[in-house]
Amino acid sequence: MPAPQTPPATPPARAPLLDVANLSVSFASDRGRVKAIDDVSFTVQEGEILSIVGESGSGKTVTLLSLLGLNDPRTTFVDGSVLFRGQRILEMSDRQMRRIRGKDIGLISQDPMTALTPVYTIGWQIVEQIRAHERIAKAAARKRAIDLLAEVGFANPAEAVDRYPHQLSGGMRQRALIALALSCNPALLVADEPTTALDVTVQAQVLDLLLRLRDDFGSAIILITHDMGVVSEVADRVHVMYAGRIVERGTTDAVFADPQHPYTWGLLASIPPLHGARQARLRSIPGLPPTADGIPAGCGFAPRCRFAFDACAARPPDRRGDSHSAMCFLDPSDRERLRSEMLERERPA
Amino acid sequence: MSATAPPRPLLAATDLTKHFTVGKTFWPGSGRTLRAVEDVSLEVFPGETLGLVGESGSGKSTLGRCLTRLYTLTAGRLLFDGRDISAAKERALKPVRLNMQMIFQDPSASLNPRRRVRDIVGDVLHVHKIRPAAAIEDRLAELMGLVGLGGDYLDRYPHEFSGGQRQRIGIARALAVEPKLIVADEPVSALDVSVQAQIVNLFNELQERLHLTYVFIAHDLAVVRQVSTRVAVMYLGSIVETGETDALYSRPAHPYTEALLSAIPQPGRRARGNRILLEGELPSPLDPPRGCKFSTRCRYAQARCRTDRPAPTAIAGGSRTVACHFPLVAGA
Repeated sequence: MPAPQTPPATPPARAPLLDVANLSVSFASDRGRVKAIDDVSFTVQEGEILSIVGESGSGKTVTLLSLLGLNDPRTTFVDGSVLFRGQRILEMSDRQMRRIRGKDIGLISQDPMTALTPVYTIGWQIVEQIRAHERIAKAAARKRAIDLLAEVGFANPAEAVDRYPHQLSGGMRQRALIALALSCNPALLVADEPTTALDVTVQAQVLDLLLRLRDDFGSAIILITHDMGVVSEVADRVHVMYAGRIVERGTTDAVFADPQHPYTWGLLASIPPLHGARQARLRSIPGLPPTADGIPAGCGFAPRCRFAFDACAARPPDRRGDSHSAMCFLDPSDRERLRSEMLERERPA
Repeated sequence: MSATAPPRPLLAATDLTKHFTVGKTFWPGSGRTLRAVEDVSLEVFPGETLGLVGESGSGKSTLGRCLTRLYTLTAGRLLFDGRDISAAKERALKPVRLNMQMIFQDPSASLNPRRRVRDIVGDVLHVHKIRPAAAIEDRLAELMGLVGLGGDYLDRYPHEFSGGQRQRIGIARALAVEPKLIVADEPVSALDVSVQAQIVNLFNELQERLHLTYVFIAHDLAVVRQVSTRVAVMYLGSIVETGETDALYSRPAHPYTEALLSAIPQPGRRARGNRILLEGELPSPLDPPRGCKFSTRCRYAQARCRTDRPAPTAIAGGSRTVACHFPLVAGA
C-alpha cells in the first residue's frame, strides 16, 4: 500500500497577475513636488474583482493611470515596482508598453463620450484596436467586432457596428467601450468609475455584464468607484483609499461586516439607508479630505478622526498581505467598541 | 371626517405641459415636438419636502424649472399660494420670486467665478431692496452663519471653496430673500458621500429653523428618502406614482418604481439574484410609446397597456396616486 502523500500545509501560492509594490506618485507643481500616492501596495489574482474605493482626490485614478504608464512623464514621478505576469512594466519603453496596453490590460474609462473618438464608427475603432495587436484580416476583425458587440448586449450588433458614438445612448456607449476593452481578450480589465455616468437601471445592466465577463472570459477586474453599494455587490476584495494611501484592505464581506478603519466607519455611516428606519440626521465625517499638498506626514485621516491621539502623528503601520487590515494605530481589540460608541454618540435623541 | 380643513397647497400644478421644438429650420412646421413634461399634476403643501425622482431624461429638471416659472409653460395651470402664475410675465413674477427660489446642481457653474461671495449673495438683496443698504452687511453675515460658513469668507471668490462649500453659498443665495419655497435641482449629486451627508443635514436643519418648503429633485433614491415627506416618481415626462415616503419605498405601487428601487446597489447586500433588470433603454421623448409610457419595458405589461394610457388614480385611501392599469398595491 503506497504511503498516503501528505498534502502541503498551504497550497503553493500562485503568482499574482498584478503585483504593485510601494508605488508612490508625485507631481511637479508651482509649489514644488506634491505627493498624490504614498507607498501603495496591492495584488490582483487572476479572475478576481478587486475594488478600489475612495472619494474624489483620494488617488484612485492616479494609481490606475500610473499602472498603465499614462501619466505625463515630464511632470510625474513614479516610484516603486509593478509586476504584470512577472514583468516589470513601469520600466518598459513606450513601444513595449503599447503592446501590453489594450491587449493584455484593457481600460474602461469613466466617460464613454470622451473615450471614443466621435469621428469614426465604433466598429472602425474596435477593428483598429484588434489589428494593432494581431495579424488578422479586416473582414475577420470586423466579424469579431460584431460578435463582441453582441456579447456586451447590443440587440442588433450588425447594424450597431456602423454607428457613430453620438448615435448611441449613454448606456450603449459604455457597452461599446467595454467591447473595445475586451477586443483582445485582456487578462486584466481596469474600470475607472464605469457606471458613475449612468442611471441606476442602466448601471445594473452594466454591472451584470462585468460579472458575466469575469465568469465567461476569466478576466481579472480592477474596479475603481466611489459607490459602496457597487463595491458590495460585485467585488471579491476591497481596498479603501484615503489621501493617497490604502487605509483598509480585506475581502468584501469582511470589510462590510466588520470595518476596521475609522474612515471606513464614517464612510459607511454617511450613506443614507434605503431600508429600515430613517435617521433624523445623517452621520457625516466632519471637515474635508486634504488636498494633495496638505496631506499630513502621519495618518492622513487624523485631522478628521475623532479617535486621533498622539501616536497618529507618525505613519501608521500598513500590514500588507493580511487578509483584512487597516492602517491605523487603534488597538484592534478596541475597535469594535469604539465604532459602536461612535454610532451611539451620533445617534439623534 | 376630520374637523380641520385640508391645508391649502403652497404650489399646485394641474396638467402642466412643456414641449420643446427641436430641429426647427426656416420653414414653418419643420421642427419635431419633444414632450419633456406631459400633463403633470401635483401639489406641494407648506412645510413638506416633495422629492422628485427619475432617471436622466425623465423630465424632472424641466418640471422643476416649470414650477419656478423659469420656463414658460406650454399648457396647464400653476398656482403659487393661491395665485395663478401660469402665464404671468416677468414683471409680475418678480414679487413671486421673493417667495420661490431655486438651487442648482453644479455650484461651480451657477456661481459667477469673477465675483466675490459678497456680491453673489448681496446682489439679491440689492435687486429686491428687501433690506436698507446699511443692514445688508449684517444680513450677509447672518446668511453665511445659517449655512455654516464664517463671515470672513465673504470676500473670497468661488474657486477658493470646495464643492460642498460652494453648494452652501448657493443655498445662502437662495435664502437671501427669505423664500417660502425652494426648488433644489440635484443639489448634492456632485458631492462626495461624506460631504453630501453634511449638506443633506443642512437642508433638514434649515427647513426646521426657517419653516421652508422644498421640492427636492434628485436621481439618488436613498438621498430622496432621507429628506422627503412625500415622493413623486417621474418617467419620460409623466409622474407615474406619488405617495408618502415610507409607504412608497416599502411597497411601491408602480412597476417602474419597483424596478428602480431594486436596481440600487446596497452596501452590505450581495444578493444580485432577485434584482429586476429592466431591458432596453428609455424611449425617446420625441416619440413616446402610445399607451402607457413604461409598457415597452414593463414585465407586467398586457395588451391594454400598449393602447390605453393610464391616468393617475388614487390608491391606499387617497394618500397615494399611481398611473398604472395593474398597480402592485390595490385599493382605492
